[in-house]
Amino acid sequence: MSASVSPALAQQCEPAVYWHGDRMFLLRNLILKDFKIRYRNMSLGVFWSLLNPLIMMGVLWFVFTKVFPNSRPNFAAFVLCGLVPYNFFTIAWVSGTVSLVENSAIIKRVAVPRGVVPVAAVLSNVVHLVIQIALLFTAVLIAGQGVNRYWLWLPVVWGCEIVFVCGLSLITASLNVYARDMRYVVESCNTILFWLVPIFYDFGVVPARFQDIYQYNPVAALVMASRNILLDGRAPHGPLLVKLAWSSVLMLGAGVAAYRILRRRFFDYL
Amino acid sequence: MSLAIECSGVSKYFMRHSGRVLLRKHVESWFRTSHRERFYALKNVSFRLEAGEGLALIGTNGAGKSTLLSLVAGLAEPDSGRIAVNGRIVALLQLGAGFHLDLTGAENLFLNASLIGMSARRAAELFDKIVDFSGIGEFINEPLRTYSSGMIMRLAFSIAVHMDPDILIVDEVLGVGDHAFQMKCQEKIWEFKRSRKTLLFVSHAAASVEGLCERALWLDRGEAVMDGALREVVAAYEGRVHP
Repeated sequence: MSASVSPALAQQCEPAVYWHGDRMFLLRNLILKDFKIRYRNMSLGVFWSLLNPLIMMGVLWFVFTKVFPNSRPNFAAFVLCGLVPYNFFTIAWVSGTVSLVENSAIIKRVAVPRGVVPVAAVLSNVVHLVIQIALLFTAVLIAGQGVNRYWLWLPVVWGCEIVFVCGLSLITASLNVYARDMRYVVESCNTILFWLVPIFYDFGVVPARFQDIYQYNPVAALVMASRNILLDGRAPHGPLLVKLAWSSVLMLGAGVAAYRILRRRFFDYL
Repeated sequence: MSLAIECSGVSKYFMRHSGRVLLRKHVESWFRTSHRERFYALKNVSFRLEAGEGLALIGTNGAGKSTLLSLVAGLAEPDSGRIAVNGRIVALLQLGAGFHLDLTGAENLFLNASLIGMSARRAAELFDKIVDFSGIGEFINEPLRTYSSGMIMRLAFSIAVHMDPDILIVDEVLGVGDHAFQMKCQEKIWEFKRSRKTLLFVSHAAASVEGLCERALWLDRGEAVMDGALREVVAAYEGRVHP
């Protein structure tokens, strides 16, 4: 091991930057960790990702075609267009929120850039999302809707939602370090959101004076855009896409800013 | 000679009655007029460590040694003062960060390597060497759950020492593995010393750092009492603690 004599120390004079690692390698490993741990202890593994939306879809389909009948065709695919974005949003947001506290063992021991942790928690749910999107596509194709060129918009709108959740999770995860109740606040918000996102109803029935505000909710915007593309076979409205993009970028900026302010005392509170 | 670590006038306080991590507690504290008491873990501590030097931190429990190490390692920020560090640090007090029992030894190896700042390429290159040094053998592809605690520590230690850091921080409580493995660890630390790395030790026993550290810094209740040659500081410290 005498070959590993250090390079000239005098040449590497940097300010107090403590972590010289590889951020992408770190992010990849953290995502893999979350994903492997989640699925290794489940006998049905990835199938759980499919089961939850299928059951919810079944229940909503039963209620809104048998109990309160409605005239909408392809109601199952219609509901799934709402459920898949909503599911991803809620699960990713909760796991992002608790990530800093759950990984306190890492944060108290290694000087890694802590912001990576909530982002990795959100991104590890993307695998989950991809499986659910595959289910959604299957439902759309069964419903008799073909593939059209507007499908190219899908990665853009989904990407916006991922960016939005990353930003939001940075804020709530940082707050959760100081007040562990944050988790329950997030869960309550998710319950409210189930009703405020057009999952089992159409955006068209929302009174006109609320429609504008509705579109700033990225989950609602994503549901509408997905329905435009997958069920109506047309491009999502321009103003809707602009609002979606704006709210995602702003939320990411707010998330990074909040995290930078709040991280100062993470060590003391974890 | 260049500076490896420079601390100037570093203070760090914690709030008393900490553990105020519930919303209710925060709300309560808004309504109370009483000022929350600050507890200074470090008070105006300054020291400089040249590259290649070895420094032993000595002091009783609660003297601020661990707090100082976490500040130098970049885990926490000082409330006043400045800390400058030149070079890569590996702290042997953060062994096995991120280890998860459901992941295999190899998976944990890569996760831990990425956390302590190894690049993907280095980790892949060093994989065999790390496994070899740890003596884990074919168990490397088994879940960590099946390892003995000694094996886990050996794996953690192997990854850390293969980081090839410029500055090595060692906490004395380093009873890793069996006698043979401890000898290997000792040898590794001496190797660092011979290749002119900077060492920062926490120690109570002068004998264990003899030869590795030339200097010692004595901390008492957050304040630097004495900074000087190892033997002199240790003699003064022992004179005070066991008169």
